[in-house]
Amino acid sequence: MNAIIFSIIVFILSGVVSFLIGLGGKRQMAPRLGAWGAVVAAVIGLVPAVRVLAGRFISPFVLPWSIPLGSFSLKMDMLSAFFLVIILVMTACAAVYGLGYGKEYEGRKSNGGAWLCYNTLAASMVMVCIADNALLFLVAWEIMALASFFLVAFEHEKNEVRKAAWIYMTATYLGTACLLPMFLLLGSGPGSLNFAGFNLLHDSRLADICFLLALVGFGTKAGIMPFHVWLPEAHPAAPTHVSAIMSGVMIKTGIYGIVRVLTFIGPPHVWWGGLLIAAGAVSGVMGVLFALSQHDLKRLLAYHSVENIGIIFIGLGVGIIGACTGADIVAVLGFAGALLHVVNHALFKGLLFMGAGAVYRQTRTREMDLLGGVLKKMPITGTTFLIGAVAISGLPPLNGFISEFLIYAGSFLGIVRQKQVFVLPLAAAVAALALIGGLAAACFTKAFGIVFLGGPRSPGHVAQSEASPLMTVPMIICASLCCIIGLAGPLAAGRAAQVVVSVFGIQSPSGLNAVSDLLFKVSGVSLLLIIGAVAMTIIRNLLLQKRSVRTSVTWDCGYTAGTSRMQYSASSFAQPITDLFAFFLRTKKRVKMSAGYFPAEAHLETETPDVGNERLYRPLFIFVKALLSKFGVLQQGRIQVYVLYLVVALLVLLFWRLR
Amino acid sequence: MTGLLLAPLVNGVINRVKARFAGRSGPPVVQPYYDLIKFLRKGAVYSGTTTWIFKASPPVSMAAALISLALVPFGGTASLIAFTGDCIVLAYMLGLMRFFTIAAALDTGSSFEGMGASREALFSALAEPAFLIGIAALAGETGFFSLSLMLGKVPTVSFELLMVVVAFVIVYLCENARIPFDDPATHLELTMVHEVMALDHGGPDFGFIQYAASIKQWILGALIVDILMPYNGGRWYVGIIEGVAAMLMLAIIIGIIESTMARLRLLRVPQLLVAAGALSTIALLLIMR
Repeated sequence: MNAIIFSIIVFILSGVVSFLIGLGGKRQMAPRLGAWGAVVAAVIGLVPAVRVLAGRFISPFVLPWSIPLGSFSLKMDMLSAFFLVIILVMTACAAVYGLGYGKEYEGRKSNGGAWLCYNTLAASMVMVCIADNALLFLVAWEIMALASFFLVAFEHEKNEVRKAAWIYMTATYLGTACLLPMFLLLGSGPGSLNFAGFNLLHDSRLADICFLLALVGFGTKAGIMPFHVWLPEAHPAAPTHVSAIMSGVMIKTGIYGIVRVLTFIGPPHVWWGGLLIAAGAVSGVMGVLFALSQHDLKRLLAYHSVENIGIIFIGLGVGIIGACTGADIVAVLGFAGALLHVVNHALFKGLLFMGAGAVYRQTRTREMDLLGGVLKKMPITGTTFLIGAVAISGLPPLNGFISEFLIYAGSFLGIVRQKQVFVLPLAAAVAALALIGGLAAACFTKAFGIVFLGGPRSPGHVAQSEASPLMTVPMIICASLCCIIGLAGPLAAGRAAQVVVSVFGIQSPSGLNAVSDLLFKVSGVSLLLIIGAVAMTIIRNLLLQKRSVRTSVTWDCGYTAGTSRMQYSASSFAQPITDLFAFFLRTKKRVKMSAGYFPAEAHLETETPDVGNERLYRPLFIFVKALLSKFGVLQQGRIQVYVLYLVVALLVLLFWRLR
Repeated sequence: MTGLLLAPLVNGVINRVKARFAGRSGPPVVQPYYDLIKFLRKGAVYSGTTTWIFKASPPVSMAAALISLALVPFGGTASLIAFTGDCIVLAYMLGLMRFFTIAAALDTGSSFEGMGASREALFSALAEPAFLIGIAALAGETGFFSLSLMLGKVPTVSFELLMVVVAFVIVYLCENARIPFDDPATHLELTMVHEVMALDHGGPDFGFIQYAASIKQWILGALIVDILMPYNGGRWYVGIIEGVAAMLMLAIIIGIIESTMARLRLLRVPQLLVAAGALSTIALLLIMR
């Protein structure tokens, strides 16, 4: 436990020192100190986390703290260690990446403050995972929100960045507002706010209320629909290494919160599982549909985070249904799939964001319709982005398939074993996962194909050279981890299943073995696939050895002036799908057709505003503002009237007291 | 194993049936084999716009198709690789094949391939749920979760399973670029879905792609045939012969469907796929009742 505390201290110290040095004027030293300090702290923190995951036990740590009801108590069980490992690994990778990415800003902005916020964000995320007291948890949660707000607003001279930061702040606080009553409800029984005392086995209605509050509060952080509206605004606005951390790791603290609360509130009810599956299915499908209609690369990736959080929720729902009906194997598979997807998503989403940032650095734009052919100039970025794209589409042999397979297996086994009413949500889970998988593959062929393949669609945005090693090495690390987890599926899933069993107290050794057994065959098939692909390539090259192999232009059906502007663009690639789902997407199209008989200039612009924003929040906020502006009549602007208000209030209180 | 040898034969039979319906005598039934040998003997021309992804796509498709073939049982005997959950691996292996085909199509930088890729993305996104829900219905009916156990042990074909078979036939027509989804004989803009994605490939690459496509066709046909045929034990070669006969019968039926229908308007295609999904879902709900 001391190592973790030491790691938090190193995070904060390196951030503070970097900030002070940045103020002092040594522009180049500050970011290096901040970034390498973060890496060192992450490595220090990984040691105890890995030991706990391997089965060692670390005793809790308590410090006296003078706040009433609060106590500075830290505890690291397997669930915390699981989340800590992925938080620390991604923090370290993104810190190194941020060092390379931030070279751009060196002359113009002071980076020291940004590194202070980054390290504070990392430290607070660590604290959230190991806090054992509700007050400590909430303090760490707030620090996390504040630090990420300042990071999102790093380029605050741009109007849309300021707007995005504001939306993010509002959403976070609305979510946290639900957490406070939940913790108070949980603590009202035992009378203290320590997690060890939370225990709601007796009262099922209270458990229902706490579950709903946790879903709204932590769901806002996680990004489930309809609370996701901050995600597509905040993630493109933040600098790329911050987006990678926020999308990969920070929204997973919401998942951590939900799982933690599930361990407090006793035996689950079936409708919780159904609600989680429904919310997950809606988020997944709508998230990927919105992603398909975006032409800003980072906004597309942000909507994909919404979709993957939906998949995680589906896994949690399947697990709860399994736990309710006593089918332990279904419960273990569902929860293990959800937890493993947490790790997998952090890895490949971080990787994809880093790739998008590298492309942005080189080409100066995030608009996919202006890019193209980047793979030729940036092979490492392109290849790692391809690995991330294949992984996020859930295709074998990479890690996305492993976690989706676990969730599928849980649902199928539940369908096979139970011929009862519980089958309906499980069937819905299968249908949703299948639809999400197909649409995600469509979206990522679009993202990868339009940006990296073909030819450049606009002459002003051509990539010049590969990104610097500071940026490519973290991407290579994440891509290799994706491949390793994909091939070593049994190990990773076995570890996740261990975590599930220890956290939820499911007594089922057969469940654990079944999970590993299933995955051994899957890994075997993945290995066969890779060997097969290599073998086929060798056969093809052997066949071509004696034959003529020439290079020519792409077959162009006789058009002599084929240009790269004639390629399919991102919007045209997604057009069949977005037109089919136009009812949900409500894309706004502005078309200006050419007049006259011969083709001349025409103009098409599409924009897909977020449906949650437009339909739910904007009308709601306008209504609230209209309601509250009725009170504006009280603001007369004359100080004599305000003094009169004070006197009246005091008199009323006096009479009330004397009554 | 039979699939490896006989997959192109199914293509030949379909083409012959279509030719007969059109009043011609048509190519010999073994023509696809001659075509494959011809492709394997040629050189290759690669476009300057393409990258290594274009060269990697045919071998990856081939490997994915071969492994999927090993996962599917045929003729009442278990498949080469059988384990709990192999149906999901099958569906996603086909998805991997599709991903690399679409990537290679976008790699050429031509609007023809882009058109095919974008339509293929939509069609397969809608066909996959229909397929997986049908598999779930099958799993619910037979009580097993592995393809070798599910197929070939179906005692009687109930009404729900017939609905699943109809849904699978629609998915078969979609995935294999048959009318009413696509016309495998032309390359016009209206019918650019599957054929056009491989437009720039030539030589051994094209041979690989054609063979992988015919194996995919064999796999989806084997699923349909295995549900319908009663394999009542007996020697293993009896089952194989029955299976082959059923596959050829299926090929003739597909040829008849292709000759008597016209290609659907592109706007209607998603409706047909959603209908297939609805059929599978209704079958699943009825089975679970």
